Amino acid sequence: MGAHHDDKHDAPDGHGRALRLGIGGPVGSGKTALVAALCRSLGPSMRLGVVTNDIYTTEDADFLRRAGVLDPDRILAVQTGCCPHTAIRDDIAANLDAVETLEERFGPLDLVIVESGGDNLTATFSRGLADSQIFVLDVSGGDKVPRKGGPGVTTADLLVVNKTDLAPMVGADLTVMSRDAGAVRDGRPVLFTSIREDGGAHGVAEWVSGVVDSWHHHGHLHDGEVVP
Amino acid sequence: MHAALLLLADSRLPAGGHAHSGGAEEAVRAGTVTGPDDLARFLRGRLATAGLVAAALAAAACELGSAAVDTSERVDGDAGTGEGDPAMLPWRRLDAEADARTASPAQREAARTQGRLLVRTARRIWPSPALESLARAVPDGAHHPVALGATAAAAGCDPGQAALAAAYWSVTGPATAAVRLLGLDPVAVHRLLADLAPSLGATARAARTALHTWTADPGAPWTTNPDVPWTADPDDRRASSPDIGRATDPDLIGVEFMSDACWAALPATTAPALDLLAESHLRAETRLFVS
Amino acid sequence: MRTSSGDVRSSVRAHASIRTELLSGGGTRLETLRSDPPLTLRQTGPGVVHLVSTAAGPLGGDRLRLDIDVAPGTMLDIRSIASTLVLPGPFAEDSVMVVNARVGAGASLRFAPEPTVLAAGCSHRVAVRLSLARDATVFWREEIVFGRHGERPGRCRSRFDAVVDGMPLLRQELVVGDPASDGSPAMYGTARCVGSTLVAGRGATGTALGETTRETTREATEDATRRGHAEAVRTGKAVGRAVLRDGCAVLPLAGPGVLVSVLADDAVQLRERLEWGEALAAPGGVAPAFPSGQR
Repeated sequence: MGAHHDDKHDAPDGHGRALRLGIGGPVGSGKTALVAALCRSLGPSMRLGVVTNDIYTTEDADFLRRAGVLDPDRILAVQTGCCPHTAIRDDIAANLDAVETLEERFGPLDLVIVESGGDNLTATFSRGLADSQIFVLDVSGGDKVPRKGGPGVTTADLLVVNKTDLAPMVGADLTVMSRDAGAVRDGRPVLFTSIREDGGAHGVAEWVSGVVDSWHHHGHLHDGEVVP
Repeated sequence: MHAALLLLADSRLPAGGHAHSGGAEEAVRAGTVTGPDDLARFLRGRLATAGLVAAALAAAACELGSAAVDTSERVDGDAGTGEGDPAMLPWRRLDAEADARTASPAQREAARTQGRLLVRTARRIWPSPALESLARAVPDGAHHPVALGATAAAAGCDPGQAALAAAYWSVTGPATAAVRLLGLDPVAVHRLLADLAPSLGATARAARTALHTWTADPGAPWTTNPDVPWTADPDDRRASSPDIGRATDPDLIGVEFMSDACWAALPATTAPALDLLAESHLRAETRLFVS
Repeated sequence: MRTSSGDVRSSVRAHASIRTELLSGGGTRLETLRSDPPLTLRQTGPGVVHLVSTAAGPLGGDRLRLDIDVAPGTMLDIRSIASTLVLPGPFAEDSVMVVNARVGAGASLRFAPEPTVLAAGCSHRVAVRLSLARDATVFWREEIVFGRHGERPGRCRSRFDAVVDGMPLLRQELVVGDPASDGSPAMYGTARCVGSTLVAGRGATGTALGETTRETTREATEDATRRGHAEAVRTGKAVGRAVLRDGCAVLPLAGPGVLVSVLADDAVQLRERLEWGEALAAPGGVAPAFPSGQR
């Protein structure tokens, strides 16, 4: 790769490259559905690219392509050698390469979403890869999950609690989840959603949109920035 | 030993290596690697073929990289920026030599992907004219052993150390992958790697020996030492004895092959099963590793 | 060493050569056909030469060299009558076989001898050095059988170098019978035979495989994308796609050529698999099929 890639990567501000948004969370919490929803909501107004890190095959990428929410060429899959967290945290080379490949082919882009493979509560994105990150939980894991914390829940720029429609069925108390999350997240936002009911995940899309605006207008994100 | 060699060989070097199994994932799927015994045979075969070739290419690249560093110091960092820069030719030729030794398109692609990732990482860790000139000469990503050799030069290692790192890489990736895929006892697998250590050293030495007959100038005359075998086999007493040097007997080699012979001096040991594994891996429905 | 006829012979040094010449009418004439026993050459048709072994072996200690020079615009087809059985010699010496082949502009060479069988105890080295002009065509087949029936093979190192217009196209070396790597699932696994056919030059790039690859650039790119291969996507270049079947891979090389690489249980299966791959690599039959009367 040419020097300009590293230059872009090292750029002190965000001008000249897309915002890189990491989406992580445990298996089955709805990361891929959220990516599809964001593509649906933001696609008309933004230039998007998606990198998936599914631990199995290229299932996520295929799902997204079938969903028809984005030009299939704009979705790249990265294999992680059985270690999804390694690929987004300790050794981000393949993901950076994929992000830059998308920017090189389709750029300039406004937003590149990097979806991690399903992992545990300790998995977070390296700041060298993601400028901002969302951690996705779902209610079916029980309402104790936010209380347990873990770097994903506590440090993500946005915590999304998905599948709220299932809360009554699994006996999850959203108020408890909201309170616990607020306590461990130091004021960073939490959004509740049901992508099954709101196929565009509009609340999350609005948040992402604000982050992207901030990135491109100010050239950077403030630490722990809360938009809007 | 240069301490940078440790960083270079460390699997934690963030250059994408963790996602490559070197054919091990497909061998596990095909049922030809099922436990420590056949893993040991797999690793020995891989070291004797792809490992030896990688070691020699890395050593050659380290030689070229060190030359790039020297040149740049002599002319105050202003060397070779143009497309027609003759300094690029040896890099491109070496990369083409790696291509010629990699018949499988899947393996070439995996090697280039790894090489590109390594160079992108290494340029930030060890900024150096060696890596800059390689990146300019082969912008789409050089073969991994070439990138590794250039990185070794950038880190201040010598060609023998570059060869050792390449030999080490050729077996540790597959070994780790097998641990993850088969749930093998990691201690047992590290025991296998420890048993391979003498062979790693011998492979690096063989690569270094091959390098003696190699020169970085593609147009250079045949300057071979007749005592050096045209193929290197560290464990083969006969191969390293002078009499087999007869295979380089000018009587047996046509004159027209002389100038090519310096590049040909780099080993080209082939593993047909690895080619088949790499191609069928690409077609597999489920892949956890890139290669 | 006792040959099949019961004679004992000592090791030999032999240097045979073939050189073609372009006739004024455009046909091929064998300008030189120099046998040097045990390398005995017989012209068996227009532009067709058979290698006829006139002694057992090669035996350990033998040093054989064959030079092939295919002049620009000519065609040559080299075959053999029977398989070659490599045997140990009276002293612990390697047998060495070197083939130097040069194929000129617009010329074509087909080299497809019968298999080489590595008998127990042999120690054999082969070096093939093939130099092609840019628009030369070559079909080069090699088959190695690991020992006679039920026999463990001796040792062999077979090195192959093909260079097109000064740039390397294919370099590989097969090592058989090395105790360190014997039975490695990375090398030959449980196979008893290894073979390969290089189809290089116009024959390869103009073939159906080449066409297919070009026509399906889009598909190849998508396929590569789907499988996460940033390389093809990033550069927009279609990566030549290999074709695969049991024990056989048809591998588009980085340069102008295709390699058919085969592992097999026996010589019959080896040939079947090679021919299957060759038909894909060179559907038109790259080098001279030589219908009678032509050239």
